[in-house]
Amino acid sequence: MAPILSIKNVRKAYDDGFEALKGVSLDIEEGEILALLGPNGAGKTTLISTVCGITMPTAGTVTVAGHDIVRQYRAARSLIGLVPQEIALEPFEKVINTVRFSRGLFGKGRKDSAVEDILRRLSLWDKRNNQIRELSGGMKRRVLIAKALAHDPRVLFLDEPTAGVDVELRKDMWDIVGQLRADGVTTILTTHYIEEAEAIADRIAVINDGEILLVEDKDKLMTRMGQKQLIVQLTDPLSKVPAALADYALVLGKDGQSLVYTYDTKSERTGITRLLQDVAKAGLHLRDVETQQSSLEDIFVSLVHKGEDAA
Amino acid sequence: MNWSAVRAIYVFEMARFFRTIAQSLISPVLSTSLYFVVFGAAIGSRIQEVEGVSYGAFIVPGLVMLTVMTQGISNASFGIYFPKFIGTIYELLSAPVNFLEIVMGYVGAAATKAMFIGVVILITSFFFVDITIQHPLAMVAFLVLTCVSFALFGFIIGIWAGSFEQLQLVPLLIVTPLVFLGGSFYSISMLPPVWQTISMFNPVVYLISGFRWSFFGLADVPILTSLLAIAGFTGLCLGAIWWIFKSGWRIRQ
Ligand SMILES: Nc1ncnc2c1ncn2[C@@H]1O[C@H](COP(=O)(O)OP(=O)(O)OP(=O)(O)O)[C@@H](O)[C@H]1O
Ligand SMILES: [Mg+2]
Repeated sequence: MAPILSIKNVRKAYDDGFEALKGVSLDIEEGEILALLGPNGAGKTTLISTVCGITMPTAGTVTVAGHDIVRQYRAARSLIGLVPQEIALEPFEKVINTVRFSRGLFGKGRKDSAVEDILRRLSLWDKRNNQIRELSGGMKRRVLIAKALAHDPRVLFLDEPTAGVDVELRKDMWDIVGQLRADGVTTILTTHYIEEAEAIADRIAVINDGEILLVEDKDKLMTRMGQKQLIVQLTDPLSKVPAALADYALVLGKDGQSLVYTYDTKSERTGITRLLQDVAKAGLHLRDVETQQSSLEDIFVSLVHKGEDAA
Repeated sequence: MNWSAVRAIYVFEMARFFRTIAQSLISPVLSTSLYFVVFGAAIGSRIQEVEGVSYGAFIVPGLVMLTVMTQGISNASFGIYFPKFIGTIYELLSAPVNFLEIVMGYVGAAATKAMFIGVVILITSFFFVDITIQHPLAMVAFLVLTCVSFALFGFIIGIWAGSFEQLQLVPLLIVTPLVFLGGSFYSISMLPPVWQTISMFNPVVYLISGFRWSFFGLADVPILTSLLAIAGFTGLCLGAIWWIFKSGWRIRQ
């Protein structure tokens, strides 16, 4: 199946000459949830703004369901909903009117039942006649989502939807995204919270300095993360791994003071018991034993730092 | 055409107007009444008649024009500047709309508001002086065209402005002088010859002259010239806005 969103070699240089996107390519399948991770200033918002028509790409092409975002902007944009990073709402307007406005702006006729449905889904129905300025920050964020959904988009961009949002509302957001997926909506969300990406995404992309560093199925990443390391600290340093322990693919730690054993937490036998017995048999004295798990966070940090070192 | 978007913008903008209808009307009505008191009563008692029309009645078309022009500019410039200022412009830029639809929505609403206030001023003036309108159709046409063209001009200012100060600057420095010197309160023929020539470079003169003609049948410049002037101004503004959206100037990075 053709991807619903296809980004090809997109570059974006701002007026001051700064290149915020340095040739980004990314295909997104219909119905998936993609989490875009990256540090501040990585280019996440720039990428979203470019796809949505808020900034113009300097080079490259983007298509949404086959429609080019520049040449066929009407068809492309009517399929997209955008929840921006910053809360921007008309303070004196009523909640329901701003949602109606969005629906109309995106070319859909007035349909009160659709608007009601969205407001109810976002728990805003009781506040429909309140002015925006009378809402709490979390509610305002939900109004933004309601506006983005008002025209039944097929692709939804959420730029840091859970920044500054309490735990409960964050769970709510995740539920909303989950429901949308059930309806077949494709979601691209940016976040700084790795747990968030873990919790809801199907795929994870990491961007830094205007370049995509990694795009991978979350499950594959999780398997990678399922690997755990057992570090055996020794009283007496070794110069090499003893021959008796050759079967364990051990790595000698810093200064020969430790042995590092990598195993899969999900396999039936981790081999730890046997290893420890063999270590004792080899006549080594243990000072301490610890385990480490590589998290998505580690992968993320190491990716980003590798990029920085190379630069 | 995305008519639904045009309507959405128009309705949204008009809602802003009706939320503050009292403020929107009180200040123009009050200032017009003051003009009547100052110019009509105080000065009018000395001038009495201009080309056969009582001075109080003579200034009515100019006052309506003055209001309509300043209102058209301020409504339209604020209407598009505010979304830029609070950031809601993102939605407009990401929507499946072209420049014409955006302009029709915003400028249409701003022109309607200006028109509304202009009519209220006209009605207010009926309380102060006797006036008959000789060419009602032409009067409406001039009113509509002026509202639209100045709203277009205001729209450009709103896009250009980077701050609230700049938003006030152009109306204050350029428009108000042109309007005051455009013959709102006098006939150009009352000026010394040099100033008559200079006045011919002021586009507002043509508008006020044409509008006044529709009331009293007297004009400083031929009526066709007035029409051409306003049509030209409208075309110029439209062209500028078309270019702005095409190039993304000040709105799209
Ligand atoms: N209008 C602009 N003009 C010039 N440079 C800009 C502009 N907008 C963004 N940038 C620059 O582009 C880079 C990417 O910014 P962007 O907002 O896309 O980052 P981000 O990944 O969304 O970061 P964050 O996590 O902080 O939201 C930054 O270096 C930023 O300074
Ligand atoms: Mg951002």
